[in-house]
Amino acid sequence: MKKTVIPIGPYHPLQEEAGFFQLHVEGERVLDIDVEVGYNHRGIEKIAESRTYDQVPFLVERICGICSTSHPFAYVQAVEEIAGAEVPERALYIRTIIAELERLHSHLLWVGLAGHFLGYNTVFMWAWRYREPVLDIMEEVTGNRQNYAMMKVGGVRRDILDEDFVKIRKMVEDLGPVLDMFTGAVLDDPVIHARTKGVGVLTPEDARMYGAVGPTARASGVPIDVRRDDPYAAYDRVQWNVVTWQSGDVFGKAAVRLLEMRESVKIILQCLDQMKPGSIDANVKEIPPGEGIGHVEAPRGETFHYVRSDGSNRPIRHKVRAPSYTNVPTFKATCIGQTISDVTIILAAVDPCYSCTERMAVIEGASRKSSLSGYDLVSLSQERGREILSTLAGRVAQKELERKLAEGYRRIGERAC
Amino acid sequence: MKGREEIIAKIKDSLGKKALSVFEAKPNRLYVSIGPENITGAVKLLFEELLGRYVILTGIDTPAGIEVLYHFSFDGADLVVTLKVLLDKENPEAESITPIIKGAEWIEREIHELLGVEFSGHPNMKRLILAEDWPAGVYPLRRSFNGKAE
Repeated sequence: MKKTVIPIGPYHPLQEEAGFFQLHVEGERVLDIDVEVGYNHRGIEKIAESRTYDQVPFLVERICGICSTSHPFAYVQAVEEIAGAEVPERALYIRTIIAELERLHSHLLWVGLAGHFLGYNTVFMWAWRYREPVLDIMEEVTGNRQNYAMMKVGGVRRDILDEDFVKIRKMVEDLGPVLDMFTGAVLDDPVIHARTKGVGVLTPEDARMYGAVGPTARASGVPIDVRRDDPYAAYDRVQWNVVTWQSGDVFGKAAVRLLEMRESVKIILQCLDQMKPGSIDANVKEIPPGEGIGHVEAPRGETFHYVRSDGSNRPIRHKVRAPSYTNVPTFKATCIGQTISDVTIILAAVDPCYSCTERMAVIEGASRKSSLSGYDLVSLSQERGREILSTLAGRVAQKELERKLAEGYRRIGERAC
Repeated sequence: MKGREEIIAKIKDSLGKKALSVFEAKPNRLYVSIGPENITGAVKLLFEELLGRYVILTGIDTPAGIEVLYHFSFDGADLVVTLKVLLDKENPEAESITPIIKGAEWIEREIHELLGVEFSGHPNMKRLILAEDWPAGVYPLRRSFNGKAE
């Protein structure tokens, strides 16, 4: 059979790094995958060397628009390690709340887009509807829907006001039961089972070999979570569970993210209960020579920052490792042997970024003539979903899902009144 | 899962004289300096024997030479171990660890093009992040880099 190379990319500008994927296929089957990155290389590590310690959080916040608090969070912890700073308790709680709100909106965004790529727009619409109140609260509390500018060395920049407490609590309490219902509806859905179970399996051995982190690793039964393993902020003062799944497939990755959101709700509510009035900034002035490591559990996995200081007002080296840097290479293990129509959702399951899948094109052999556009590839995946949906069982499943989701919506509405 | 003290003791014990210096910055942050010739042995010890999780490598241009740090996390024991190697500035060369840890492929390519470190035995030393027309021999993360190709 004729071998074909399918290039995907190169641009998906929402991600930390834009990527170019080349799928080597024979018929429908993927034989190999090449990943090229570097299209969005902005030299942030180099720029950080010319910024003061207080300027760097604003810089690294812009590495990623979706998990924009995770990078400054890891960075300030690395610098606090060098300075030996004691961060006030209230600031630790505020950091935790912001980080968990971010996880909620990031995971909801993922669930919605995953639904879209499967041709299941019901899921897409509902997930994004539930995400909106989270962003509204972010705007209320920090002033921004993204790039919150909350983290600073020694504490946080803004306090959470008493009146915002009420708003956060109400939003999170309303969201909790809806998430339960949504999670149940999605995880019980036969159409989603058909499209994601056994698809793109990452074994625990491969997860370790590639250094996979976050939901990508936890879905393969690797129980790692920085929040528990190297507790920072207020994570050791609240009760919550690390969610793992054993299957390693796309379904497992979805399940981990969905169930994890419930844990985030638990964490936020406990933080609100436990927080006491107090200072939010340790006023760190001098950074002595030394080196420090800060790592936090971002929505996509461990974000790792290494900072070295020579005692001046700027870091002499600042290394950033975003979770996708180790998660994206796992495609080599998960895509091979799968069909083209499943590749969209396998790539999406790692949650690298979605615009990549919009940029796919099928190109025939050496002529490099484009035969399928990115849009066609997403359509292929959606068509497959629709095929299942068009069967009687599929129609029943969709009706059932819509009924459950509408019920959850009514419940939100009632509580809001 | 081994405890933190046990892991630290095992690392010190196994590396013995190969560890040029051992520094415990905090109870859960260990830095061990080793010679470039011992890097694969030390990585095998941390990754294969003690089952540490590969995190990333960091390359740094220092006045003494190019430093490469190998970060490993022992998640159950709350410990991050960093191996440090100092490479000759004129001719920085180290043995690749990609044959041991597949996940290290990208970062070795990155350090190669940003700092000019040669990783011998690397299976796929293609350009990773710099543009295709970036001039050879110009390393942007070195201190001497002035923003221009010479």
